[in-house]
Amino acid sequence: MAIVVVPALLRKLTDGVERVPVTGRNLGQVIEDLERQFPGFREQLVQNGEMKPSIAVSIDGEMGTGGLLDRVKDSSEIFFIPAIGGG
Amino acid sequence: MAASNGKNFKVIGTRPIRHDGVDKVTGRAKYGADYAFPDMLFGKMLRSPYAHARIKSINTDKAKALPGVMAVMTAADLPDLPDRVESAGEAPINVAHLTQNLMARDKVLYNGHALAAVCATSPHIAEEAVALIEVDYEILPPVMTVEEAMKPGATILLPNLRNKEEGDKQTNVASHLQFKRGDVAEGFKSADYVVEREFKTAMVHQGYIEPHNAVAMYNSDGKGTIWCSTQGTFAVRGLSAAVAGIPEQDIKVVPAEIGGGFGGKLTIYLEPIALVFSKMTGKPVKMVMSRADVLRATGPTSGSTIRCKMGCTKDGKLVAAQVWMAYEAGAYPGSPVGAGAMTIIAPYVIPNMIIDAYDVVVNRPKTAAYRAPGATNAAMASETIIDELAEMCGIDPADFRLQNAVAEGAAQTAGPPYKKIGFVETLEALKNTPHYKSKLEGPYRGRGVASGFWFNIGLQSSAVVNLHGDGTASLVIGSIDIGGTRAAQAMVAAEVLGIGALDVRPQVADTDTIGYTDVTGGSRTAVTTGVAVFQAAEDAVRQLKERAAKLWEKKPEEIAYTDGVLSTAADPSKKLTLKEIAKQFARTGGPITGRANVNVRGVGPSFATTCVDVEVDPDTGKVKILRATCVQDVGKALHPSYVEGQIQGGTAQGIGWALNEEYVYDDKGILRNFGLLDYRMPTCLDLPEIETVLVEVPAPGHPIGSRGVGEVPIVPPVAAVANAIARATGIRMEVAPMSPPRLLKALLKKRNGADSQAAAAGR
Repeated sequence: MAIVVVPALLRKLTDGVERVPVTGRNLGQVIEDLERQFPGFREQLVQNGEMKPSIAVSIDGEMGTGGLLDRVKDSSEIFFIPAIGGG
Repeated sequence: MAASNGKNFKVIGTRPIRHDGVDKVTGRAKYGADYAFPDMLFGKMLRSPYAHARIKSINTDKAKALPGVMAVMTAADLPDLPDRVESAGEAPINVAHLTQNLMARDKVLYNGHALAAVCATSPHIAEEAVALIEVDYEILPPVMTVEEAMKPGATILLPNLRNKEEGDKQTNVASHLQFKRGDVAEGFKSADYVVEREFKTAMVHQGYIEPHNAVAMYNSDGKGTIWCSTQGTFAVRGLSAAVAGIPEQDIKVVPAEIGGGFGGKLTIYLEPIALVFSKMTGKPVKMVMSRADVLRATGPTSGSTIRCKMGCTKDGKLVAAQVWMAYEAGAYPGSPVGAGAMTIIAPYVIPNMIIDAYDVVVNRPKTAAYRAPGATNAAMASETIIDELAEMCGIDPADFRLQNAVAEGAAQTAGPPYKKIGFVETLEALKNTPHYKSKLEGPYRGRGVASGFWFNIGLQSSAVVNLHGDGTASLVIGSIDIGGTRAAQAMVAAEVLGIGALDVRPQVADTDTIGYTDVTGGSRTAVTTGVAVFQAAEDAVRQLKERAAKLWEKKPEEIAYTDGVLSTAADPSKKLTLKEIAKQFARTGGPITGRANVNVRGVGPSFATTCVDVEVDPDTGKVKILRATCVQDVGKALHPSYVEGQIQGGTAQGIGWALNEEYVYDDKGILRNFGLLDYRMPTCLDLPEIETVLVEVPAPGHPIGSRGVGEVPIVPPVAAVANAIARATGIRMEVAPMSPPRLLKALLKKRNGADSQAAAAGR
């Protein structure tokens, strides 16, 4: 199963658990599985059917570009991190 | 420094002259303020004289009555947008805050906040009319610092800003982020040395030489065009459409040459105002800011307060870090505190850490991006403490950093592992520089070292390569050329096509001519647009092979293309240069255009280490920079001269931030230094030749191996200067800028025996 590493301030939704096994072939399905396991997760990450613009996603060490359609493997490690703008 | 990713480049890594050079040095390059049209009108903004006030009423009757005035605008003439966060390509933006920042609706939130505008037949009439607008203000107490803003019972700036962490109350804290790893308490227990300090950095401006400008023409067919100086035409199009209430597809944005941006021209200020004025009057409208407007109302970067505690063992192993940081967002949320949090200890392996970061609104201009936003503030804190820990351990500061340095596989602050990075290599290279090997002697002289990290970003770019009948090419990109982009991208195309850099004519196109391209920012352009150009040129080469296959009756896969020559192993007698086959385009299928559109993930981050020698005048507190060297991992330099220029520019800006630059407000929140005589940026007289060392650790996954280079060199200088001052004087400065009055005060306190850390830290 893929692993979601839960951001520190969202661990209140997972009773402090940092690494959560999830199922899903893409990011959207992973978030639905998170929501099923820990209700309230979806609204932290998704807005109007898309990833919130303020959140970036790292899948296997690379920044996602496809939003909820980003592919996820069984071995994937997923991080939700703040979106960063440069100068 | 020699390094390569195993590829033998012919054009990449050379130093051709820049394609836009002649236009620039002859004054023919056209900047935004150079655009002019018959019957053009001129717009000017009315700006708030107060830091915080409710707008009770605005009376524009006298302004409208002035001969020559064609239109007057207030927020009532713009859509009242709801709170909605949208992606502006690079970073999220709240469109309600954006539009209120351009034209205040209910409250003015900083000195210089625009609240009305006039459009007239001359700029002088417009200025005169602005002075005739009557505003009834209810003056409110200004909130100028994060400490004031975060106090219980603080005056609230934005009534809709609420803190869900604390019972959904009104707040000035727009967001709180936290990063956590290991057990911090246990980590500090295992430390032999612990240093904790509180740092403050001032709000500073990007200081681009060209003020913001926009010329707009809205036609009777419902289509509008904006000519402006910007870091991103597509961002201007999208944001202007939202603010003006005009469909995005009805706006074309044409990029002018740009006189600097450093992040400050990623957003908009005048563009939709000029467009709406043009719609109101049916004439082209030009708006150009004064320097005072720029300093009072456009994006500086955040001032900050950072409490940083770090611990290490006797042998110099970092074991724990604890950081509390609050950044001034300005009037609306959106400081770069997230980036500050994710960069502050990014260069080091620290098993136990916790970082709490707060984005705080204050009655100052809404901050905008500035070169590695948030990272310089953060590095001043962490790199000062790293230096102090190294000193306590008796370890050379470069060696201390080396033994704690992150490398491939180490966890980043937010968790994901680093891929191949070159931090260790920059430190090793620094140790081998003539500068670091030299001795620095004399009283009040000191050498400081500091390192910095920046992410770099990918995002979307488009490129088109047209091959011409004479064997040359033209290149069309959507990335604004802010630091040699045209030359560097022409070199990428030339490399793939096997022709000279000057045989490729590059141009930056408008939003109707090229596919969507994100902003020139985040150190993404050379890298990401480079991928698009590389692939577009490869697409052209693919088509060249098809043409040769047709001529030689072979399969395309039997054709090779090397250094601009087509050949086939099946028949060594057959060869065609690009020039030769170009003459046969018509009979083999017509013109050839290569194109590519990319959304790049996984760009390589950058590290830089800066070494500065200073001499402190003990009688005045003035710091003289004797020598400065920046060593940076650049992946692979496309055009080394421009890379060196970026590093020198970033270092110079960082030194200005370290020594002089700061916004000075009075107790009523009025900006007192809104001109470049008083807002003191460094000049060439203040700086030595900045030495650069390019370390090339290729970025994995990039066709050339390049990393972004524009931002990271500004990260270490403030801390490097602070560390040099500490070695020169024994004083650890905790406040930037370390300006003569501030440093002199610290020197006098130390001399007079007030030797507590706080007293001698420049407070």
